[in-house]
Amino acid sequence: MDFATLLQVLDSTVRLATPLLLACLAGLFSERSGVIDIGLEGKMLIAAFFSAAIAALTGSVWMGLLAGIVSSMLLSGLHGLASITFRGNQLISGVALNFLAAGLTVLIAQDWFSQGGRTPSLMSGGRWEAITLPFAESLRAVPVLGPIYAELISGHSILVYVAFLCVPATYWVLFRTRFGLRLRAVGEAPEAVDTAGVSVIGLRYAAIVICGLLCGLAGSYLATGLQAGFVKDMTAGRGYIALAALIFAKWRPWYALMACLLFGLLQAVALRYQNIDLGGITIPVQVMDALPYILTVVILAGFVGRAIPPRAGGQPYVKER
Amino acid sequence: MTLMKSILGSAAALALTAGAALADPALIYDLGGKFDKSFNEAGYNGAERWAEETGGSYRDIELQSEAQREQALRRFAEAGFNPIVTTGFSMSTPISNVAGDYPDTKFVTIDGFVDPEAFPNVKSILFAEHQGSYLVGMLAAMASETGTVSFVGGMDIPLIRKFACGYAQGVKAVNPDATVISNMTGTTPAAWNDPVKGSELTQAQISQGSDVVFAAAGGTGLGVLQTAADEGILSIGVDSNQNYLHPGEVLTSMLKRVDVAVFESMEAGPELETGVEVLTLAEDGVGYAMDENNAELITEDMQAAVEEAKAQIIAGDLSVHDYTSDDSCPALEF
Repeated sequence: MDFATLLQVLDSTVRLATPLLLACLAGLFSERSGVIDIGLEGKMLIAAFFSAAIAALTGSVWMGLLAGIVSSMLLSGLHGLASITFRGNQLISGVALNFLAAGLTVLIAQDWFSQGGRTPSLMSGGRWEAITLPFAESLRAVPVLGPIYAELISGHSILVYVAFLCVPATYWVLFRTRFGLRLRAVGEAPEAVDTAGVSVIGLRYAAIVICGLLCGLAGSYLATGLQAGFVKDMTAGRGYIALAALIFAKWRPWYALMACLLFGLLQAVALRYQNIDLGGITIPVQVMDALPYILTVVILAGFVGRAIPPRAGGQPYVKER
Repeated sequence: MTLMKSILGSAAALALTAGAALADPALIYDLGGKFDKSFNEAGYNGAERWAEETGGSYRDIELQSEAQREQALRRFAEAGFNPIVTTGFSMSTPISNVAGDYPDTKFVTIDGFVDPEAFPNVKSILFAEHQGSYLVGMLAAMASETGTVSFVGGMDIPLIRKFACGYAQGVKAVNPDATVISNMTGTTPAAWNDPVKGSELTQAQISQGSDVVFAAAGGTGLGVLQTAADEGILSIGVDSNQNYLHPGEVLTSMLKRVDVAVFESMEAGPELETGVEVLTLAEDGVGYAMDENNAELITEDMQAAVEEAKAQIIAGDLSVHDYTSDDSCPALEF
C-alpha cells in the first residue's frame, strides 16, 4: 500500500466515521443520563429524510438541516414522553421509533414527491459543498504533510468538522461543567440528584434534546452531504454500529472518537480491498463487515477491560414516597 | 352485540366477494421495492402498460421481509389471482413450496428458476444478462481513457456475478490489457439499498484509476451514478434505462426487459404457457440503451462495433461465457 492509497483509505475513513461519530455522541448524552437509546437509527433516518426533502423544496441545505434537526428532536421528545414521563420500557420505545421512522419517511416521501419513497436528486445549493481549507493547494507541494493536509484534512463538508469539534465539546460539557456533572449523576444515581433538589426529569429531557440535535446532524450529513437525496432505509444499520461503538468506547467521548474512527477504518478497508491476503490466509470481506459487532461482543464479554454502563440506565426514575 | 355481528358479517361477505370475483393478474415485487428506478420498477412499468392497453386491473404488493414471500403468494392464490407474477431470484423456493397446492394457478418467476417437471404450473423467465453486459462492457472499454473500468454489484449472488463476468468479457474483447475492478456491496439484502456504501466503493475505484463504472446494484446504484457524476467519470445504469438520471454523464444502461416479461405474462393471462424461457439479445430481452441523453457520449464507431458483436452473438458466432453455468469466469476473479 503506497502513501496515496493510504491517504485515500483514511479519507474514506473520515467520511464513513462522521455519521457514526455524531450518532455515537448522541447516544452518549442519552445513555449517560440513564435513558437507553436504541432509536438512534430511526432518528438519523427521519433527519436524513427531512433534511433532503426540505432542501429539495427550498433549495437551501441550511433549511434542510434545520428541518432534519427539528424532526429528529421530535422523535427524541416522543421517546422521552414514553420512557421518561410515562416510564415505559426504553428499549421498546426505541425499537418502535425505528419502525415509525422507517415507515413514516417512505410514506411522506411518496406523498410529497411520488418517486417511490425517495426525494428528488438535490442540485448544488441543496447539498453540503466540500470546504477547501486555507492554503490547502499551496501547501500540497510540502512532502508528506502537504498531501495529508490537502487530501485528508481539507476538502470535507462543514458537518465533518462540526462532528470532530463535538468530541472536545462533549468532553468539556460532561466533565467540566456543573450541567455535565449532574447529567452523569442522573445516569448513575438519580435519587441522589433528586435529593440535592435538581430535577431528574428535566436533566433527562435535556440529554435527549441534545441527542436529537446530534442525530439530526448525522442524518443531514448522510442525505445531503454524502448523498444527494434520500433513499429508503438509507441509514443501513449505522445507528446500531454507533451503539456498538458507544459500548466499545465505554461511554466516554474521546474513546468514542477512537471507536468510530476504527469502525470507519474497518469499513473503508473492506470497501477498498474485497479480500485481504494476510500471509497466505485470505480474509473475506464479510469478516471485516462483521468486525465492529465481533469487537463489541469481545468487549462486552469482558476480555478487554470491562464495559460498565451507567448504573441507572434503562430504569425510569420513580420518586420515593 | 347484534350491531357488531352484522358489521363483522358484512365485512366477511365483502372479503369473500372481493376474493372470488375475478382472475386478475397479480404482481409481487422483491425487497428492492417497487420504485427502485431499476429492476422492480421495470416490472411495474410493464404492468402499468398492460393495464393501460387492455383496460384490465391487477394487484401488486411490495415485500418488506423474507418471511412475507410465501404468505403473499398464498394470499394472492387464495384470492383467485391468476397468473401471479413475481420478480427476483429469491422467489424460486417460496414458489416451489406453494405451487403444488394451487395447481390451477399459474406462477411466473422472473429471474428465479423452478423445475418445470416438478411444477407444471410455473413459468421461469430468465435473461441472458451476460450478453447485455458484454455489450456495455465493450462500450465502457471504448469510452475509457485510463484503460481501467469498474463494476459495483449489489448483493453478492451468482446472478450479479453473471453481470460482472459478461461485462469483464466485453471490456477485454475491446482492450485485452484493460483492468476491471469489481466490488460487491454486501452479502445481505440490505446491499440493494445502501447508496452511501455505493458511493464509497465508487470513490475507491476512481482512486484506483477507473473512469467508467457499471452499477448492477438496485438502489445502491443510485449512489454509484451520483458519485460518478460528481467526480466527472462515466457510469452505466442497469435494468431500466437510467440515462436520464444524470444526462450526459451516464454512458448507457444495460437494459433488461423485465417490463416486457411482465407485460407478456399478464397478456397471456390464465392460459399462460409454462416452462422455462430465456430472453436473450435475439428477443431484445436484454440490450443497451440509446437516447438523447447519451447520444453525444457514444460515437458511431462505438455503436457500429457493438452492433457487430450483437449480430455475432445472435448468430451464434460469438459466445459469451455465462457465470452461472459453471460458477467461474474466464475474464474476472471474484
